[in-house]
Amino acid sequence: MSTRSVNGSVDALLEIRDLRVEYTRDTGAIRVLDGVSLAIHPGESLGVVGESGAGKTVLVRTILGLLDPPWRVVSGSVGYQGENLLAQPESALRRVRGKEIALTTHEPRKHLNPVATIGDQMARVVQAHRSASRTEARARAIELLRVVGIPDPELRLRAYPHELSGGMCQRVVIAMALAHSPKLLMGDEPTAGLDVTISLQILDLMRDLVRDFHSSLLLVSRDLGVVAHYCQRVAVMYAGQIVEVAEVPAFFAGAIHPYSRRLLRAAVAATSDRRGTLSSVGIRGEGRGASCPYARRCPVWIERCTREEPPLELVASARWVRCFRHAEITAGLEAP
Amino acid sequence: MTARVLRSVTSEARHLARFSRSRPGFLVGLGMVALTIFLAAFGPHLSPYGPEETLPGAANLPPSVEHWMGTDISGMDVFSRVIAAPRIDLTIALVSTAAAFVGGVVLGVISGFFAGGRGIWGRLSATIVRGADIFQAFPVFIFALALVGFRGPSIQNVIVALAFLNVPFFLRLTRGAVLHVRERPFVDAARCVGGSGLRIAFVHVMPNALTPALANLSPTIGFSILLASALSFVGAGVPIPTPEWGSMIAIGAPNMMTGQWWTALFPGLALGLTILGYALVGDGLRYYLDPVNRR
Repeated sequence: MSTRSVNGSVDALLEIRDLRVEYTRDTGAIRVLDGVSLAIHPGESLGVVGESGAGKTVLVRTILGLLDPPWRVVSGSVGYQGENLLAQPESALRRVRGKEIALTTHEPRKHLNPVATIGDQMARVVQAHRSASRTEARARAIELLRVVGIPDPELRLRAYPHELSGGMCQRVVIAMALAHSPKLLMGDEPTAGLDVTISLQILDLMRDLVRDFHSSLLLVSRDLGVVAHYCQRVAVMYAGQIVEVAEVPAFFAGAIHPYSRRLLRAAVAATSDRRGTLSSVGIRGEGRGASCPYARRCPVWIERCTREEPPLELVASARWVRCFRHAEITAGLEAP
Repeated sequence: MTARVLRSVTSEARHLARFSRSRPGFLVGLGMVALTIFLAAFGPHLSPYGPEETLPGAANLPPSVEHWMGTDISGMDVFSRVIAAPRIDLTIALVSTAAAFVGGVVLGVISGFFAGGRGIWGRLSATIVRGADIFQAFPVFIFALALVGFRGPSIQNVIVALAFLNVPFFLRLTRGAVLHVRERPFVDAARCVGGSGLRIAFVHVMPNALTPALANLSPTIGFSILLASALSFVGAGVPIPTPEWGSMIAIGAPNMMTGQWWTALFPGLALGLTILGYALVGDGLRYYLDPVNRR
């Protein structure tokens, strides 16, 4: 799958094109997604990384059509099986959510209804997309809990969310997400708030299940190490834009976009000293006009970056970068 | 399973017992509530004389061994009537409060869950709230009086009037809770797996938003008893020979001037203590159900 493009490949499972999303308020709109294009292929694991506010979560929610006012989709499309999900009515989206595309999030316990038992909630998920009797639904729930490695699933069915640990809750949420063998599983930082050993168990589980179910995985994470280990491709987001898309080995061998390079250096530096960290100047694209959103923080910016917005260019096979100086950087330009 | 339920019930009972010791008012209220329920069930059978029986030549007798609370102007035993009255008063209060609770919660969930939305449900939500506003713009008692006057004084009409009156209170309490609950992540999660709006509203949001309405049940019952009596007092409620506290006060009130204080005082005391009891229970329950105070 090395030579497929970001845009317009024929066999993409999900194809996002030039997506623009705004958060509207009285004093004007904030552009949160600014021309995002991304394709997810069948069977692949794609990691999306970026700092807080880069638009990762909004991207995931837009795919499922979960944005309510004041959020507004300005333009763009989310192509799935020949249909633009953004143009579908709510009733059609309901048939996609949970059945074709499923989502697991961080804080799993908060995503479970506190006054209903695990069994009831799982049975409802099963019955949401298929006619099943109560007994059938419960049997399926037990089966799913066993798949995600919960011991004594029959007992756990009677438990309430507060009686389970965070890791257990995340397993339950994953079991629910897999109830209808979705073609695409999205994880929005599924391991935030879990300790390291549990995180790895959960990620291993997601990877194995995605493989067994022949699904694709979209993994949103801040942890480059996680992406390196569990994904085949990585997309870096900054200020609502995709600034670099690459295959994982190539990316970790040498990122091209200045932001990606600093991100990588920061991940290494975090274990030694604070060299290579970023100043946290606001990254919002408000009033930026036509310029590179990263120009203000970029160590290698040139005058052109403040006048024009760089396009996302194909710079090598399966490698897309949004920077005017990508050729120089590839040729060996080092940031000061 | 049974053992689990039993264990949780006994631990809850222990908790309640500990709680009651720290709030004696709650226990007193519970006692009074229990007494009214007991009298509603058995009062008419326990009364020494028939509650509607007039004793010839025994009008306006002061309290004595034969007539603990005296007799009224038409020779009916006040004590017999005071303990027979909860059957009427409590029925009115319970039925009207239950109806108001159901109606208020359903409307509250709809109006809260779809508040600020667009389309038909959003408009329905706004309409419900505006409707409640208009409803509550009228003074409560005048409104009940008008409703009963319009349909004629009878027990059923008092129930209907009180039910209508109490709907907006439950509606607002539930709506407020729903506005809070609908922002919680599990509601989002329900959408993520493909749940429809109405289903999410009633299956996921409602059970998490019932507490304020439940805590309001007991004070509303007390308030309804008061209002039912007030309606009867002005002659718009329960027709006269039926034993009912409000109408008994109405019968006795003119005699207070001529010295027969007992005909109005005792039903008045019973009414006041009952309402106090329900208010104390409601107050206690609100503290009891509040997780912050639950330690």
